[in-house]
Amino acid sequence: MATLLEMRGISKVFPGVRALDHVDLTVEQGEIHAICGENGAGKSTLMKVLSGVYPFGSYEGEIHYDGALLTNRGIRDSEAKGIIIIHQELALVPLLSIAENLFLGNEVASKGVINWPLAFQKTEGLLRKVGLDEAPTAVVGKLGVGKQQLIEIAKALAKDVRLLILDEPTAALQENDSQKLLDLMLELKAQGVTQIIISHKLNEIGRVADRITILRDGATVSTLRKEEISEERIIRDMVGRDMAHRYPERDSNPGEVLLEVEGWNVWHPEQTGRQMIRDAGFHVRKGEIVGIAGLMGAGRTELAMSIFGHAYGRNISGRVRMGGRVVDTSSVTKAIAAGLAYVTEDRKQLGLVLDEPIVKNITLANLAGVATRGVLSRGREQQVAEEYRRAMSIRTPSVFQKVVNLSGGNQQKVVLSKWLFADPQVLILDEPTRGIDVGAKFEIYTIMNELAAQGRGVVMVSSEMPELLGMCDRIYVMNEGRIVGELSRAEASQERIMSMILNDGKARVA
Amino acid sequence: MADQAANAGGKGIGAHLGGHLRENGMILALVAIVLFFTVIVRVTQGVDFLSAQNITNLFLQNSYVIIMALGMLLVIVAGHIDLSVGSVVGFTGAVAAVLTVNMGWPVYAVVPTCLFVGLLIGAAQGYWVAYWRIPSFIVTLAGMLVFRGLTLWLLDGQNVGPFPKSFQSLSTGFIPDAFGVGKPNITALVLIALASVAILWMGLRARARDQQFGITPEPMVVFAIRNFVVVAALMFVGYKLASFRGLPNVVVVLAVLTVLYAFFTETTTTGRRIYALGGNEKAARLSGINTDRLVFLTFCNMGVLASLAGMIVAARLNSSTPKAGVGFELDVIAAVFIGGASMTGGSGKIIGVVVGALIMGVMNNGMSIMGIGIDYQQVIKGLVLLAAVIFDVYNKNK
Repeated sequence: MATLLEMRGISKVFPGVRALDHVDLTVEQGEIHAICGENGAGKSTLMKVLSGVYPFGSYEGEIHYDGALLTNRGIRDSEAKGIIIIHQELALVPLLSIAENLFLGNEVASKGVINWPLAFQKTEGLLRKVGLDEAPTAVVGKLGVGKQQLIEIAKALAKDVRLLILDEPTAALQENDSQKLLDLMLELKAQGVTQIIISHKLNEIGRVADRITILRDGATVSTLRKEEISEERIIRDMVGRDMAHRYPERDSNPGEVLLEVEGWNVWHPEQTGRQMIRDAGFHVRKGEIVGIAGLMGAGRTELAMSIFGHAYGRNISGRVRMGGRVVDTSSVTKAIAAGLAYVTEDRKQLGLVLDEPIVKNITLANLAGVATRGVLSRGREQQVAEEYRRAMSIRTPSVFQKVVNLSGGNQQKVVLSKWLFADPQVLILDEPTRGIDVGAKFEIYTIMNELAAQGRGVVMVSSEMPELLGMCDRIYVMNEGRIVGELSRAEASQERIMSMILNDGKARVA
Repeated sequence: MADQAANAGGKGIGAHLGGHLRENGMILALVAIVLFFTVIVRVTQGVDFLSAQNITNLFLQNSYVIIMALGMLLVIVAGHIDLSVGSVVGFTGAVAAVLTVNMGWPVYAVVPTCLFVGLLIGAAQGYWVAYWRIPSFIVTLAGMLVFRGLTLWLLDGQNVGPFPKSFQSLSTGFIPDAFGVGKPNITALVLIALASVAILWMGLRARARDQQFGITPEPMVVFAIRNFVVVAALMFVGYKLASFRGLPNVVVVLAVLTVLYAFFTETTTTGRRIYALGGNEKAARLSGINTDRLVFLTFCNMGVLASLAGMIVAARLNSSTPKAGVGFELDVIAAVFIGGASMTGGSGKIIGVVVGALIMGVMNNGMSIMGIGIDYQQVIKGLVLLAAVIFDVYNKNK
C-alpha cells in the first residue's frame, strides 16, 4: 500500500502553549487511521494544520501528501486536493435544504445560475451513497444530529474527497446512529476513501480502524496496527500510566435524605399537550452518588433542568424537599438558594461565558461571595480562582486565560468550580464526562467522590452505563419521562438496566 | 480582565502594551487628533484651538453624546441597541419646555419630573424587549417614531422657549467661584487639583492592592506615563477653563457620571452580571442571574440618561424644538463602537466610550472651525467609525 500522507515533525506554538511538539503521522492509501489522545493532547490542532485552518508557514515541519510537499494557504486549497474535515460542531445551515447545503460554495451552476434539477439529481445520488432516505428539499435543521452527520459526509463526497477527516463524529449520536455511521465509514473505505477518525470511544476505534496513532501532550506516543490494539494498551499510552482502576475507590456511607422530589410533572415548553416528565420521584442522601440512567430522549436532562429553577418546561407541578422541608425552586436563583446546583451537559452553550476569563466564570454563580454590599473585590476573586485552579488542577498558564482556550476537560473543571464556589448541598451533574478523555474522566470521578465524602449529595445523569455502574450507590432508570425502576449498587448491571427500559416499553405497548 | 490576562501571561513592557493596544491607542489617538487640529487650525485660520472658550464649547456641545453613551454602552454590552434615544431627547426637552415655559413650573420640580418621564419611557421599551423578547432594534425603532411624533404633538410643531435662567444653567451655567476671586476661578483650580490627586491616589492604591493579592501590576513606566498624560491634560484643561468662566456645570455632571458608571461596570456585581449576560445569556441565566430584569433595567437607565441629555440640549438651545435630537442616536452608537464595545455584546469599557465620544466631538469641532463642509464631515466621521471597528476586528483575529 502506498503512503498517502506523511506529516513530519509538526510543531505548532500558541501564546503560552506548545500545542504540538514534533508530531509524526503517516497515513496509508485506503486505510482508516484513528487518532487518540486526552483532551489537549493536540489532536484537533494537528487536524487543523492538515486541513489548512492553520496555513503553511504558521507551523514547523513538513506535510507530504500524495508525494508532494503540501503548502496550503487555507481550507479551500486543501479541499481542492481532496482533504476534507468534518468538525465536531457541524457546519450546516439549519434553515436551508439538504441540496442547498450539499453544494454550498460549490453550487451546480453555470455562469452563476443554479441548475436545480441537476442539483437535486446529484443530491439524490449522494444521499443514496450515505444511506439517507430524505428528500433533497428537506430542511436540514429539522433532521436529527445523526442525519446531519450523514449530510456532512455527503457534502464531502460531493467535493471528490480523497482524505476524509472526522473529528469525534459519534460524540453526539445515539447508539444506532453511531453504528450506521461506522458502517458507512467501512463502505467508503471499500470505495478507496482514506479516512482519519478522532474518537474517544475505544470500542468504535477497535471496530473500524486499521491503525491507531496515540498523541499525548502534543507529541506522538505510538502507532499501533490493528492486531496490537487493546483497550489497556491504548489507555496506557494515552495517560502515560497503567489504569488498573477506571473508577476511583470510595467508602460509601450515605446519611439522611437531602433532596427529595415527589410527583414531578413537566410539559414541553412549546408543544402543548406533550408531557415530558410524568409523576417522577427520587431522593438523594447525604454523601450518596445517585445515577439516572436512560436512553436518549428518556427525559433525564428535562427532569434535572426542570427541578433546577424550572429552567426547562411548562406547567411544572410536584414537590421538592431539601432536608425534609419543602422548598421553592421556581427560579434558578431560588434553586441555588435552596442548595441546588446543576452542571449542564452543554458546557459551551449553557455553562460558560467563553470569552471571559476563568476567574469571572468561577465566581459567576456566587458573586456575592467575592463582594461586599454589591462591590466586587478583584483580589478576593483571584484568590478564589487560584484555590480552585489548584484544587481541581485546572491546566492553564493563568486564571485570566479565556475559557474558550481551554480543553474540554479543563472547561468542565471550571464549570464544576463555579458550582462548588456556590457551595450547594446537592449537585446534579448532567453528562459530566461527555467529550472528555480517560485521564480527565478519572479526575472528574475523583472530584465527585470528594464531594460525596464532604457530605453533599450527587446526582449523576449519564448515557454511559459503565460509568454509572462504576460510580453510583443507587441508579434510577428512566424511560419516556417516567422513572421505571431503581437499582442498588449490588443489583445494578447493564443487562438489568436495559431490560427495565425494554420491559417498560413493552408494557406500554401492551 | 483582559488587561490582567496580559499582565499575567506576558512579561515586559512590550507584551503589556500589546495587551492594552486598544485602551492606550485610544488615548494616544485622542491626543494626536487634538494636536493635529491645534496645528492645522493655527496655521490655516490663525485660531487657537485650545483656547478656553473653545474647550468650554467642546464640552457644552458634546456633553449629551457622552452622557447617553454611558447608558448605551450598558445596552450594547447586554446585547441590545436603543435607536430611540434621539427622539427621547426631543420628547423630554419638549416636556421640560411645556412644564417650564407654558405652565411655569420651577426648575427643581421640572428636572425630577423629566427624569421620571425618561425612566417610564425606558421601562416601556425595556418591558417588551426583556419580557416579551421582541428584538430591541424593532422596539426602539418604533419608539423612535412614536416619541418623535409625540414631540411634534406636544410642541404643536412650534419652538417653545425661552427658558428662565435657572433652567439654562443646566447647560450653560458655571460653578461660581467660592473664593470670590473671579479670574482665575479658584474653585475650579481646587477641584481640578483634587481630581488629579484622587486619580493618582486611586491608581497607586489599586497597584498596592494588586501586589498584595499577588497580581502582577502593569509596568511602572506605563503606569507613570499614562497617568502623567491624563493628569497633565486634566490640569491643562482645568487651567484653561478656570481662566475663562470656570467649570461648566455640565463638566461636573459628566465627570461624576463617568466615575460612577466606570465604578458600576467594573466593580459591582450588577455590572459584572450585565457583561455575563451579554457574553452568554443562557449560561448567565443558569447561574442564577435574572437576565430579563437586567435587560429591563439597562433600558430604564438609558431612558433616564436620555432625558437628562434632552434637558441639557433644550437648556443649551434655550428653546425646545421639534427637531431637537434628530440623529443623536447615531452619534451615541458610533461613540460606543469607536470606544471599543463588541457588536455582539459582552465587552466594552466606560473609559473607552468617553474617549470615543471625545474623539467624535473634537473632530466635529475641529472640522467646523476649519470650515469643512457638513458633507465632507459626515464622510470623514463615517470612515473613522469604520476604521475603529476594523482595527478591533483585526486585533481580535490576529
